[in-house]
Amino acid sequence: MSLRRVVITGIGAVSPFGQGAERFFKALEDGESAIRYIAELEEIQGLGPHVAGLVQGIDIKNIPRKIRRTMSPMSVYALLASQEALAQARVDHRLLTGGRLGIALGSTVGSVDTMEEFFKDFLQDRSIDGIKSMLFFKIMGHSCAANVAQTLGIAGRTLAPSAACATGCQAVGMGYEAIALGKQDLMLCGGADEFHPLTAATFDIIQAASTQYNDRPQCTPRPFDRDRDGIVCAEGAGLILLESLDSARARGAEILAEITGFASTSDASSIASPDPTPVRLCMDLALAEAGLNAADVDYVNAHATGTRQGDEAESRAIGDLFGTSIPVSSLKGHIGHAMAASGALELIACVKMLRSGKIIPTRNLDNPAIECSGLTLPRKIQTLNLQTIIKNNFALGGVNCAIVLRSFSNDQ
Amino acid sequence: MTNDEIIERTNAAIAEEFELNMNDLVPSASFKDDLGLDSLDAVDMVIVLEQEFGIKIGKDPKILKIRQLSDLHSYVIDKKNAFLN
Repeated sequence: MSLRRVVITGIGAVSPFGQGAERFFKALEDGESAIRYIAELEEIQGLGPHVAGLVQGIDIKNIPRKIRRTMSPMSVYALLASQEALAQARVDHRLLTGGRLGIALGSTVGSVDTMEEFFKDFLQDRSIDGIKSMLFFKIMGHSCAANVAQTLGIAGRTLAPSAACATGCQAVGMGYEAIALGKQDLMLCGGADEFHPLTAATFDIIQAASTQYNDRPQCTPRPFDRDRDGIVCAEGAGLILLESLDSARARGAEILAEITGFASTSDASSIASPDPTPVRLCMDLALAEAGLNAADVDYVNAHATGTRQGDEAESRAIGDLFGTSIPVSSLKGHIGHAMAASGALELIACVKMLRSGKIIPTRNLDNPAIECSGLTLPRKIQTLNLQTIIKNNFALGGVNCAIVLRSFSNDQ
Repeated sequence: MTNDEIIERTNAAIAEEFELNMNDLVPSASFKDDLGLDSLDAVDMVIVLEQEFGIKIGKDPKILKIRQLSDLHSYVIDKKNAFLN
């Protein structure tokens, strides 16, 4: 069975740096940190992390009430990022609503803020009196995908993968496969999440959250660094418009990059601690699908969140497969870990890196840890002829994902 | 509470909940065609009015017959008076 080629024709971002893919990448180029001290977190008894990367400056009043009423912040972020991606790709109303465009968009969970709102009332007297009708639409697992599809009038498939920190990457993979198989011509893909203290607490409880830099928020997280102490949670949305090469060419769309491989593997050795072997297998499978060898890859965009175990396992897997000379970096030192949005936001940055020829280094990497030192870890922006990137994302629950991204030229 | 006060508080409550312009809240305004509200909004309107007036409406079938703002005013006035009696 021959598979269709799949390209990227639009990108959109809402990140802790603000709205827009341009703003996001500029902040990465400038080496900014989006991590701030959050006073509300210090008021929570027993919670170690008091820092996070939160989205600022989004005016939700611009979204009509009838659309906004079923949306928690993550859906708002996703909608704004979707509109940016569709505008860039010049997708018109007919294409958007014609049934050949679908959506694959997920979040880690539904809106925890909204759940909290429900249980605050419900647990007082175990009564549903006074519970409003919009609640469920913000709590349901496919809230982001459904809200964006409803708002934009999407008539193709609505998929809502939920694979925690690998969600965004997996959604892009699902969209890629739907187009490659000819099921859809375009797929709006990505991930979104909104911050709630429960997210930070989840990592704190399993001793995977950064807690030692509350007085120096911009010094954490520290992927691959000797002094890394865990994840810093963030929020946002990344959306990528995938399109069959035929469709993009037929309508004269600008092609930003091509996706040539995707793989996802399950690590059944532990629900929480990654093992290098399935990580390496995942990258191997993605490369095989792309018809490439390890030597063909110019740069690895790592998942590396700044945890002791995760960074070590990924470093070993990358070292085993690619050797020591390939540049590797993680973007979490700049934005923290935007959970379901992270994979898609980082992939957007990869598209920008491919097109600019600039590799963004890992922020807060001052002293590479011994267990990660077998890799080439850039400390400043590297400029080179970037043609092929592999991008990793992993999740609690043992979900691994890898995507192969290639630059595109019209003579290919 | 006078009937005028009930009408005023009803209008203020639904204007705030549904982000409506008070000038549009004329008695003949249709919830669907003029104010753009739908069946999900109707569910929330019941809750807003219950909280505003301390009355119980729940799934009262009479609510389903309400089409325009004046119908709602009459309903709330009757309900409030019944509650007081």
